[in-house]
Amino acid sequence: MSANNNAPLLQLEHIGKEYYGNRVLSDISFSIEAGEILGLVGENGAGKSTLLNILFGMPVIASTGGYEGNLYLDGKPVHFTSPNQALSAGLGMVHQEFSLIPGFTATENILLNREVLNGSLMSYVFSDRVSTLDRDAMRHRAEAAINTLGVHISPDMTVSEMPVGYKQFIEIAREIDRKNTRLLFLDEPTAVLTEQEAEILLIALKKLSKQGIAIVFISHRLSEVKELCSRILVLRDGTLVTDVPAKTLTTREMASLVVGRESSKKEEAVEVEIPEQPVEEENINETLGTTTLSKKKKKKKPALKVEHLWVDMPGETVRDVSFEVQKGEIFGIGGLSGHGKLGIPNGIMGLYPAGGKVKLFGKKLTLNKPRAALSRKMAFVSEDRRGVGLLLDEPLDWNITFTAMQTQGRFLFGIPYIFQMRNELAMAKETKKFIESLSIKCTGPSQKAGELSGGNQQKVCLAKAFVLRPDILLICEPTRGIDIGAKALVLDTLKEYNRENGTTIIITSSELEELRSVCDRVAIVDDGEIVGILPASRPAEEFGMLMMGEKMRVALEYTE
Amino acid sequence: MVRKFFDIIANNAVPAVFILISAFAIPLSGFSASYLVQELLTRIGRNSFLILSLLIPIMAGMGLNFGMVLGAMAGQIGLLFICDWGIVGIPGMVLACLIGTPIAIILGIFCGHILNRAKGREMVTSYILGFFINGVYQMTVLYLMGWIIPITNPNLLLSRGYGVRNAVSLSGIRAVLDNLIPTVITNPEGAKQFLNVNGAGSFFLIQLPFFDGTIRIPLATFIIIALFCVFIVWFRKTKLGQDMRAIGQSQSVADSAGIPVNRTRIIAIVISTVLACYGQIIYLQNMGTLNTYNSHDQAGMFSIAALLIGGASVSKASITNVFVGVILFHLMFIVAPMAGKNLIGEAQIGEYFRVFVSYGIIAIALVLHAWKRNREREAARRSLRGGNGGKA
Amino acid sequence: MIKNFIKNAGWPRIIIGLFLLALFITAPFVGVNVFTSFNNTIVRFGMNGVMVLAMIPMVQAGCGLNFGLPLGIIAGLLGATLSIELNTEILAKLAELGIRYKISWLTREFLTAYREPAGFASAILIAIPIAAVLGWLYGKLLNRVKGDEMMIATYVGFSSVSFMCIAWLLLPYKHPTMVWGYAGRGLRTTISVEGYWLHILNDWLSLNFQDKIEIGGKILDVNLSIPTGMLIFFAVMAFIVWIFMRTKTGTAMTAVGSNPEFARASGVNVDKMRTISVMMSTILGAIGIIVYEQSFGFIQLYMGPFYMALPAVASILLGGASVNKATILNVVVGTFLFQGILTMTPTVFNSVFQTDMSEVIRLIVSNGMILYALTRKVRA
Repeated sequence: MSANNNAPLLQLEHIGKEYYGNRVLSDISFSIEAGEILGLVGENGAGKSTLLNILFGMPVIASTGGYEGNLYLDGKPVHFTSPNQALSAGLGMVHQEFSLIPGFTATENILLNREVLNGSLMSYVFSDRVSTLDRDAMRHRAEAAINTLGVHISPDMTVSEMPVGYKQFIEIAREIDRKNTRLLFLDEPTAVLTEQEAEILLIALKKLSKQGIAIVFISHRLSEVKELCSRILVLRDGTLVTDVPAKTLTTREMASLVVGRESSKKEEAVEVEIPEQPVEEENINETLGTTTLSKKKKKKKPALKVEHLWVDMPGETVRDVSFEVQKGEIFGIGGLSGHGKLGIPNGIMGLYPAGGKVKLFGKKLTLNKPRAALSRKMAFVSEDRRGVGLLLDEPLDWNITFTAMQTQGRFLFGIPYIFQMRNELAMAKETKKFIESLSIKCTGPSQKAGELSGGNQQKVCLAKAFVLRPDILLICEPTRGIDIGAKALVLDTLKEYNRENGTTIIITSSELEELRSVCDRVAIVDDGEIVGILPASRPAEEFGMLMMGEKMRVALEYTE
Repeated sequence: MVRKFFDIIANNAVPAVFILISAFAIPLSGFSASYLVQELLTRIGRNSFLILSLLIPIMAGMGLNFGMVLGAMAGQIGLLFICDWGIVGIPGMVLACLIGTPIAIILGIFCGHILNRAKGREMVTSYILGFFINGVYQMTVLYLMGWIIPITNPNLLLSRGYGVRNAVSLSGIRAVLDNLIPTVITNPEGAKQFLNVNGAGSFFLIQLPFFDGTIRIPLATFIIIALFCVFIVWFRKTKLGQDMRAIGQSQSVADSAGIPVNRTRIIAIVISTVLACYGQIIYLQNMGTLNTYNSHDQAGMFSIAALLIGGASVSKASITNVFVGVILFHLMFIVAPMAGKNLIGEAQIGEYFRVFVSYGIIAIALVLHAWKRNREREAARRSLRGGNGGKA
Repeated sequence: MIKNFIKNAGWPRIIIGLFLLALFITAPFVGVNVFTSFNNTIVRFGMNGVMVLAMIPMVQAGCGLNFGLPLGIIAGLLGATLSIELNTEILAKLAELGIRYKISWLTREFLTAYREPAGFASAILIAIPIAAVLGWLYGKLLNRVKGDEMMIATYVGFSSVSFMCIAWLLLPYKHPTMVWGYAGRGLRTTISVEGYWLHILNDWLSLNFQDKIEIGGKILDVNLSIPTGMLIFFAVMAFIVWIFMRTKTGTAMTAVGSNPEFARASGVNVDKMRTISVMMSTILGAIGIIVYEQSFGFIQLYMGPFYMALPAVASILLGGASVNKATILNVVVGTFLFQGILTMTPTVFNSVFQTDMSEVIRLIVSNGMILYALTRKVRA
């Protein structure tokens, strides 16, 4: 079979993928020509990473039953079974996390495992690995690769001493140096860059495309996508909803495509709060007074009041966040992953170093101490179920009652402070109650938590929080990794709990639709700050605009 | 600034403390300079090779290779065979190396596989592995040799007819390498005496006018050690060395760059084990006797302690560390009992002191390493905070 | 059913259990007195049980296997030697107190009559606070080196033993049965506890049988002496540990070992729990060595405690514990299997091969067991 010269560089035909009966991608078809820059946008969970995994032959795909459809490179069908095959076929990938070796210089990193070697007799006898490195040649190659990008970084600089932006360039330089790289995938390359650095990067990418390298640019910054790319693909719920030239779309249209609602024609007055940086206390009360939902009574003292909170949670940094939650309200926090929405509840609960002011029913909360938060009748359901939320190797009754036992002294008998033993009967009784009311599928209170399915584990986490009889319940990603049936049940449970007990609930989730269906108000976090708080009844695209990094003011310009 | 100062102190604290201890203990011991120099030279020749064999696994991020005793055991098995066959001199040593090499390679591969299954706790695993293989070694030497494995020399065997004696004389190869190129440093006076005693001809005699005493130098051993150092310098420059450095810093990055991580780690351990085998043979040719059941044990512990005293850490070690370490460690070893005796009237105290120091220094090095690593992890986490995070 | 049993017990335990069974079965045929061997196994079980028990708190709190057991042993040795050194003084002091506070039963006669139990109790009572302080320091250290506990514990153990070697020489002990005769100072390497508290637990309530029975035409001496007191003491210690692991603190400790992040999110002070666990382990180690000595008959100083951690570690692993989960049952099963092999192999092998392979077998079994545990995949 000979290569067809007119064939596109890469062509996807009806690509689809199911994980354990769960469809994540269906019928994706598009193609890329040499030197083209393609923008790929979509929410978290829209299927972008699965698509990349398929293209790069990640083992996870094969181990879960492969994929549907066909891939063509230069018109020839290909099927990669390992990332190395994809790399040698000319695909390059720049990851979101840096995969650089901190103690190595730029040169050593760019040429990692592709070092220039001095030929020697030894290498014939043994293998290439006993040849010495040709450091001069390596330096020249690294320099060349860096220069292609149009930046000035010394090839002898150690990566650990570089500013974050440089590291991104080194990653890209590494892909460029690979002689056969013809198609480069960049996953959120600008997320960690300053505006100026991002600017340089975009210029560098354009330069690369002129040299015939095709680029797939994945980003949430829609304006960047629009500026850089010639074509835009929008993925939503595993399907390709749009494949059009970039010129034909406004960022607002893009945003609505991403979140899944056609741009509505009627011009609604967009009323949103944009928390000004230093918020006056009375001021915010007033704003809230006007926008809080009509069905909720106006209250003087909010249940939770957060001012200038910063949280140092790796990958979810919160920079400066202020908001209020009324008693009995269900408050949602949304936004793209990595922008800090998870940092907010984790910081309030004292799990990560945090600062700022948090008031609970008017009284100041001590930060950085989980015990302080728990003793103020707050309960927390972590997004990291297996890592933080559960004792996988312990029975269910331990999981459900442990926090209450340690912080409230329940499920114990004996003399407090002197000798208290756990009351296994009471623990089992309470656990059984929750197994019944939440219909947790298990063999009984003594089954190990690690043996349960994801959905049932999540219910255990909820039960653990309910046992505390909290005034405020903070829940992160309540439906992550659980099947649809369980999703609905979990959300209904939350709503019911809120209705029956009047508990204030704060839900943090990546799934916008979920937040809109459960919450009264939803705050959107972008880059560690809240960019807007909207009533849940607002159209989805408004949330979408906020999420896509278009500050509301910009959004307004487009609607006009 | 303060931090920098702290780092400099922290990085060189160990050798500095030992120099200080020696500075006090040397005068207390009352040894003459020429005696000390002679002893030191002998011990450098004896021990350096073993210590050098530790460098490569450290480079590959596998920590201190407590499994080097495996290599030492392989070397001892080689020596037992040549003793049995009565092969003496340099050919005997070479043959012992040839016999030891395949055993060391097999043990190294085994060790490498085990360590790949216990990533993150290589040190404790290799340490226990040393004990485990010691059991197998003892079984071989104590029960199988002379029974299944043909050993016939009655000088080697226990009176019951099988199993090797506790102490085996290596008179056939004693100091053959050390004296291969006999070299003596002395003053003209001493030279006359020396020639009277030993006769002329077969010695490199270096005369220094103001030198006090007579010193023999194991020149051939030093040459071998120098060659080994060159090997290590060269090895660091190879692709394999570069790969090991990469793996040592980040296994996941190295893996995603296509470097065969597990295989490379096994190679590192195999090289170390084989070199430790040669090191032990050199060590024992100097000692002249083989303590069948515990020579190897001490080899591991003392080599690791010496390397750490030289200022190395669990994750970083250089050739300089090896030589500084071997000098300081043995200096303390020589002078401590005498100093203890002269100070408190009890030589025993000095002996216990040096044992305490050997273990203590390893403990401290491990603690500092873990501490520093946890601190760095913290710092790395903090750096993720990004630009203007954490105001207030 | 069988599959399940194998899965629960684990291959290594089954192999070693069968090996031990085979030893017991072959024993009579090669002329070994099974009853004596069994009796020895029981005695050694009692001697070592408490030291194996000392592994539980640290394993449960996620500090790994306590290779630093020698630290607790040192506290026990200090308690033991001090109790002998100060024996007469303590008794005199107590009698004085009896007179001063008119405690009718606390008389000189009473104390003389109960000199030995009092000596044993004072050894333990002196050892406990020393162990608590050492354990506290050791715990603080281990909290700073999370992830590397086991290797550091090993070398903390080694260096404390070698440090104490110097201390044993220099400490101002005076008691004539303990110091070197010729120098008049410096403790001896082994000190007999005869006349102090030799076999104090072994002989308490001990059951002795003496009989001859005929098996297959051979007449066998049955000479059993079950150290009931020692077994009761072990049972009491095990019960205390069992109770403790069920208290609020014990529960928190287990949670810390199971998932430190979960414990932290539940408001538990992780470092404090770890420190408590290390203190407990050290105290149990101190008590354990005193129990060992009263049965063994000697206090072994200097390099004596050096390798004592390894058999204890191997025992609990043999009993089915992993690097982060251990129960009382693991201790009982493991100590019995391990000590069984230790007693049976020399006797049986001696009779069969006319040679003592027990040392080699001990090395291979115990270290093989530890290796197995270290290389086992732990669920992340």
